[in-house]
Parts: sequence; structure tokens; C-alpha cells
Amino acid sequence: MSVRMPPADKAVLSRREEIVRALRAIVPGEGVISGDIEMRPYESDGLTAYRQLPMVVVLPSTTQQVSEVLRYCHQNRIKVVPRGAGTSLSGGALPLEDGVLLGMGKFSRIREIDYANRVVVAEPGVTNLGVSKAVEDDGFYYAPDPSSQIACTIGGNIAENSGGVHCLKYGMTTNNVLGCELVLMTGEILRIGGKHLDAGGYDLLGIITGSEGLLGVVTEITVRILKKPETARALLVGFPTSEDAGECVGRIIGAGIIPGGMEMMDKPAIHAVEEFVHAGYPLDVEALLIVELDGGKAEVDHLIERVEAIARACRASTLRISNNEEERLLFWAGRKAAFPAVGRISPDYYCMDGTIPRAQLPLVLARMREMSKKYDLQVANVFHAGDGNLHPLILYDANNPGELERAEAFGSDVLRLCVEVGGVLTGEHGVGVEKRDLMPAMFSEIDLNQQQRLKCAFDSEGLLNPGKVFPQLHRCAELGRMHVRAGKVAFPDIPRF
Amino acid sequence: MPDVLKPRDARDVENAVVWALAEGKRLDVVGQGSKRLLGRPSQTDLTLDLSALSGVTLYEPEELVLSARAGTPIAEIEKLVADKGQELAFEPLDYGPMLGLPSGRGTIGGVLAANLAGPRRIKAGAARDHFLGFSAVSGRGETFKSGGRVVKNVTGYDLCKLLAGSFGTLAVMTDVTIKTLPRAESEVSVMVLGLDDRQACVAMAEAMGSSCEVSGAAHLPAHLVMHFEGLKAQGQAATVLRLEGVGPSIAHRKSVLAAMMKRHGQVETLDETASRRLWRDIRDAAPFGHGLEADRALWRLSVPPARGFELGEMVSTGAQMFYDWAGGLIWIGMPQAEDAGALQLRDAVAILGGHATLIRAPAAMRAAVDVFEPQDNGVAALTKRVKESFDPRGILNPGRMWAGV
Repeated sequence: MSVRMPPADKAVLSRREEIVRALRAIVPGEGVISGDIEMRPYESDGLTAYRQLPMVVVLPSTTQQVSEVLRYCHQNRIKVVPRGAGTSLSGGALPLEDGVLLGMGKFSRIREIDYANRVVVAEPGVTNLGVSKAVEDDGFYYAPDPSSQIACTIGGNIAENSGGVHCLKYGMTTNNVLGCELVLMTGEILRIGGKHLDAGGYDLLGIITGSEGLLGVVTEITVRILKKPETARALLVGFPTSEDAGECVGRIIGAGIIPGGMEMMDKPAIHAVEEFVHAGYPLDVEALLIVELDGGKAEVDHLIERVEAIARACRASTLRISNNEEERLLFWAGRKAAFPAVGRISPDYYCMDGTIPRAQLPLVLARMREMSKKYDLQVANVFHAGDGNLHPLILYDANNPGELERAEAFGSDVLRLCVEVGGVLTGEHGVGVEKRDLMPAMFSEIDLNQQQRLKCAFDSEGLLNPGKVFPQLHRCAELGRMHVRAGKVAFPDIPRF
Repeated sequence: MPDVLKPRDARDVENAVVWALAEGKRLDVVGQGSKRLLGRPSQTDLTLDLSALSGVTLYEPEELVLSARAGTPIAEIEKLVADKGQELAFEPLDYGPMLGLPSGRGTIGGVLAANLAGPRRIKAGAARDHFLGFSAVSGRGETFKSGGRVVKNVTGYDLCKLLAGSFGTLAVMTDVTIKTLPRAESEVSVMVLGLDDRQACVAMAEAMGSSCEVSGAAHLPAHLVMHFEGLKAQGQAATVLRLEGVGPSIAHRKSVLAAMMKRHGQVETLDETASRRLWRDIRDAAPFGHGLEADRALWRLSVPPARGFELGEMVSTGAQMFYDWAGGLIWIGMPQAEDAGALQLRDAVAILGGHATLIRAPAAMRAAVDVFEPQDNGVAALTKRVKESFDPRGILNPGRMWAGV
């Protein structure tokens, strides 16, 4: 492991047996797991390069139990790492040696479906797809659709503010959540929001969403559901250069069209998926674009024609339009299988997640090709083209000494490049442990300290998921200190009236 | 003693806050002051006037992004993006007329600080959903930033959400970045006549639950309908559903929606011009603007939409109200009462869920009655800790939202 985690608290570790007993008293039966072999499934999340057995695993099944576990841990200064399905790609659920791993998998019930208000009230362990499945027979769905949607939980989606291929048009998790029940590290239970729109005060829900499990543990969530669009059709367009593809994306949006999905792949990615899925992707193009339009049939047919004209004007070398659902799904089959397809041609791959201003794409791809030579590692790119979210997949073999480290260094260079061109470190996978030490590339110490002060408002002892997101941990008392420059500040030289 | 500080740039703002901290001065943070009458009257020593921090610094329509200094007039931004066929999709309402001030004023910083939204809130979100990044000066006198200029970003806490709707109580924004979106080519409205509030909520829920992509759903009861542009001669309640998009799409959805609404009542349609005018009036709660009913305390409630009509059954007769957001947003003018009707409305909200904000009332009333929804103890304590994490000495708009915050 190349990332330093907070030092283990020896005093806590020495009390392990007593702690396990106390937790068993709160969560009886099989809800507490303490054997090394039984805890093995929890040692890592989707970022499998990092592994650590927790001190103990607790699987509560009621809000009351969550509250009591947290209160006990708060009183005894024990760290807690919350976990949903463990699909995080940034190590957000990586356990701590001296920490309780709080698994929320037993919160797997949908509590209410309310069509009149178009909301679903779910427990955090319900899968993302599970929400859509629960309402699909009535023609509704939940819009954010991360590619892990079959496994990832709605609670994890809150923690990570998950996106998906449709978020340009339909927004990310934060735009689709209305309320939650939240347990603070002290055990205090709060209700925030509900079935109505907007907070009546500070937008605490907006802060909790995307907080990577550092502020509280969510035990119930209210999300908005939407009626499924009448129809959807897709175009599959190949371009001789990535510049042409990028121009096409810009001109579609410039023409006032916001597609339901707009995905780009570069040549290495196209070849990897075509060998795997046989979706009929053209192999002689440098960039492939999938543009999906959804809505009423009249609208979709109209917009398909306009997008086709734009694509041809941008020198498209191949262009196909889906005429039925089967064809549309085939266009997507390749893109959706991109990660496993790359996994097939390389023993390991490292998935990055920067966002860039879209116009910078050709520059970023060119610089990435240079880096690929420098690190002697191949890279394949898939790109949520509409919103500039880039997923370079760096191919490596962990069995070759030094390759993982090279892949990580390559990845860090890519993310620094994203920031350099006006973008950000992570578009949807989160900072976690993976990008933690890169945070100073984007934020000053003042920026990061202000974020940590906000954390102190929720968790004054820094016990919830420490070691994630922030490269340096400070005690809240230290962060709260003020250095008022009394006497040293001249009467400010600012126009006064 | 001068009482207005007018910084010229972000550095001036930081200096002003540092100075205020050192001197123990409390600041009233304003852009153009267009929403100054909204909120609790703050006890402040000086006004920090941000109107000189003005100008769009970046606008890339194809990237759907715009950056501006916080004091840039919202009217300037709306015109700039309209010239490129775009808009601020959250349709910020204009509080001017209902607060007895001219219309068309306000700054982008104020729009974000008040988390404004209009009828399209149900489809496109509020200001919070379009706020991508900022630079600001905290109550500690430190300049910090959050977010960025790209629409997809989960790097660190999403402080944009927190600043949206914080009414300047956490930090002084100096530079902001927002998302812009293409403006719909056209619009029409389908109108159902003669429904009572309950029937209207049912009809609006049905429309919202259809695949017609309704981008506005309002119910204008008979007692107020004549105050809306184009409906002066309308003697009965109007339930209005807006459709926006490209021509062929609107025509198709209009016929589907009209057929669906027929079973609820008589259906009429409004063409693009009439529809635009009407929705502007709905956005700005026209019956309560332009000096109309100016002596009534005006409230804005957000409740679960399907239960909106129940409010009408709970409040005293003589209240004047209409519904937006498919029943979820209620504008209500209360007859004169000692507490501006707060007790009645807050009791109702406790049952329905949601919150009630006192938008217009004399200063003494806004000092005596909770302007923003009172919070449960736990949330109130957390709110206070959040405030202190940004502004530990309470020098930025103290008490504007709640006493002690």
C-alpha cells in the first residue's frame, strides 16, 4: 500500500475483545463479524490495490443500532468506516486496522413508493438498479445510472454523488435526492428534507451528498423518480480524428441539443470492446461517438436528423442510426462492456476519473499519448463526452515488479493534467484514498482547512472515515483557532460612502 | 462615520472582512440590495456593497459554462446568454415587485445566495443545481474556493450547495461559475379550467407522471386568476401545464396532454406568446406584486406536491393563494394577524412536511416571527456549528436567517 493511513490507535487495538463484546450487545447474532477469514470479503472495495482487514465488522439492521454503535464508538474514540456494497473505485470504504467497518447491507428494503409525489423512500442498502426495478412496471425509473448500478447501493451513491451516462441531461445523485435520515458520529439522529423541494435552511443534504462517508451515516433516503421517456434512439458515429469527434460534441450542444447520453471512445478502447462484444464498431476510426436522444417519438426523430447533419458536417467517416431497441442496445453493449473488455486484454487496469473542459480533449489525449510512451504503459480512453468526464484505463500487470507503481504515477500525471487545463481530479468516482494526496494540486491549504472545519461541525473528533479525502488531518481545535490580525490591519483602503 | 464599504475587487473584500474582524464590526453583505427586505432584520454596523465586483469573466456556450464576479447584474447575464440561445434553466424569480421594488434588479451572487428558482424547478432544479464553483471570503477573513468550471465534479465537499441559500451568512462570494443551458425553441401551455384545488393537484400529478415532460405546472384558483397576465377575463380557476422544446415535439406532446386532461375539465391551449407572459407572472407571483395586496403578509411554502391542496383546507378563510411546482410551491397572502399567520402555516407544514418562509412583512414582524422555518433541535445545533465553521465571530449577515446564526 503506497498511501499512508492514520496511525493505528494501540490503546483501541488492545481493547479489541472488549469492543467486540460491547458491539455484540448492540447488534446481536451474526451482525458482528470478528474472525479474520470471515472479515476477508470486507478488506477492500473496488480499488483492489489497497487492502486492510478492519478491527471488526458490524452489520446493523436498524437506525437505532446504527445510532448506538456510533455513540459507543464516539464515547470510546473508535474510528468507523461506513460501507455500502463496496464498489467504490477510490477506496472510500477501505477499512482501518483500528476501525469498525460499518456495513449497511442489511438496510435493503424499499420503504415507500409514492407515485403522486414521484418519490421512492429507500433504505441505503437498496441497489441503484433496485430503485428503478421497483417502479419499472409503472413506467418510472431513477435517473442516475452509474455503471456499477447492478451492485452499488443508493447509500453509496449519496456518499459519492454518483453520476452515470445520463447525467448531462438528468443530473447526478445530488440533483435527484430530496431527503434523508442521517446519524451523526455522536449517535444523534437527524431528518433532513423530505418529499418537498429545497431545504428550508442551509442545504445540508447537498453537503452530505458527495461527502464520502465523512459526515454521517445515512439510514434512509428519499429520491425522485421520473417517467421513462417514450422512446430512445442512438447514433453510432466514427471519426478520423478525436478533434473531429470533439468538434461534433461541441456543435451538438451549441445547436441547443442536450442528448440523454453522449459517449466517446478512443481507438484502443474501440478495438478492445469490439474483440470482446462484436457490436459492429468500426475499427478504422480514431474516435467513436454514441449519441442517444430520448423523449417523445416526434422529438427524437427530429433531433436524430439534426445530429446526423452535424456529424456529417464534422467529417464523420461512419454513421449508423438505431432503428429499433435491439440495435440501440447493441450500440451501447460495447461501451457498457468497456471496462471488462480492457480487463480481458490486460492482466490489470487502473481506471482514472478526471473531468476537463471539453474543448481541451485533443490536447489532453495528445499529452496522454506522450505519457503512455514515457511510462511504457498502454492507455485506452472512454469519455462521458457531454460533460467532459474522462476515464483513461491504464493497462498494467501487477505481477511485473514496479508496474503498479508506474501505473499510479501515470494516473497521477493524468489527473494533474486535468487540473492544469481547468478541470478537476474526479468527476464521479470520489477522492477516497486514491486521489487524497493529489488534493493540493487543486486546493490550497486554506481551501482544504475550510472543508475540514465543515467536517468538524459534523464530527468533532474526526472519527468517521478518517484518512479519506484529506491529505493532512488536523484536530478541530487547531482548525478553529483564529489569528485575528488586530492592530496590524490599517483602515482598509476601500471606497466608503 | 461612513456606513458603506464598496470593495473594488476580491482583494478589497478580503481586506474589508479582515478589518471588520479586527474591529469587531458586523457586515451587511449586499449586491444591489434587491432582496434586502427578505429575511430577519440583521443587526449590522456596516454595509459591504459588492456591486462594484461586476463583469462576466468567462462564457463558453458550447461548454455550458459562465463565470462572473458576484456583483454582476443578473439582467446582464440573462441578456448575454439569451443572445446565444441559452438561459439559466432554473428560471430565477424576481422578488422586486412583490417587495415593492423595481423589477429586473439583483446580482448573480444574490441569485445564488437566495437559491432562487422558478416554475421550471420541478424539471431543471434550483440555483443550487446549476452552481459549479466559487471563490469567497469566509468570516475568518480567508479567501477560499470550491468546485470548478466543469459540470461533473465530486472533488471535495460540494460547498456550492451550502452557499446556495445561505443568504450571505457563511462567506462573501466574489467570483462564481454557473451552468448555462440551451433555451427551448418554443413553448405552449395546456390549461384546464374550473378545477378546485384538490382536483388540480390530482390533474397536475397525472401530468407530471406522464412522459409529456411538463416543465411548469401551476394552479391559479378563481379568486386570484384575474391577476395573471392574459387571464383578466377568466372567471374560473385555471390549471396550467407548460411544454417546452422543439416545434414537432411540442405539437405531439400537446395533443397527448390535452387528451389526457380532458377527463378533468374543459381544456384550452395558450400559444407561445401568451404562455411566456403567463409563466413570467407565475414565476414572480404577480398577484402579490405591483402593489397588489401589499398589506398582506406574503409567504412561500414548499410541501409535498400531492398534498399542496390540503393547505388550503387548513388555513383561515380570507387567505389568498396559488400553487406552482405541481402543487409543491404555495404562494399565500395571509389576512392581517398579529403573527402574520405564522402559527397556522407552521402547524400546517408540520403535518404536511416542508417549510414556510415569510417573504414580505414589515421589519418589526420579521423580527418577531421566524422568517425561515424553525428547525428541530438537532438540525438547529448543526446549522449553528456549520455557521461557526465559516464565520466563528458571526460578522456576516448575523441573524439574517435565524437568531444566533
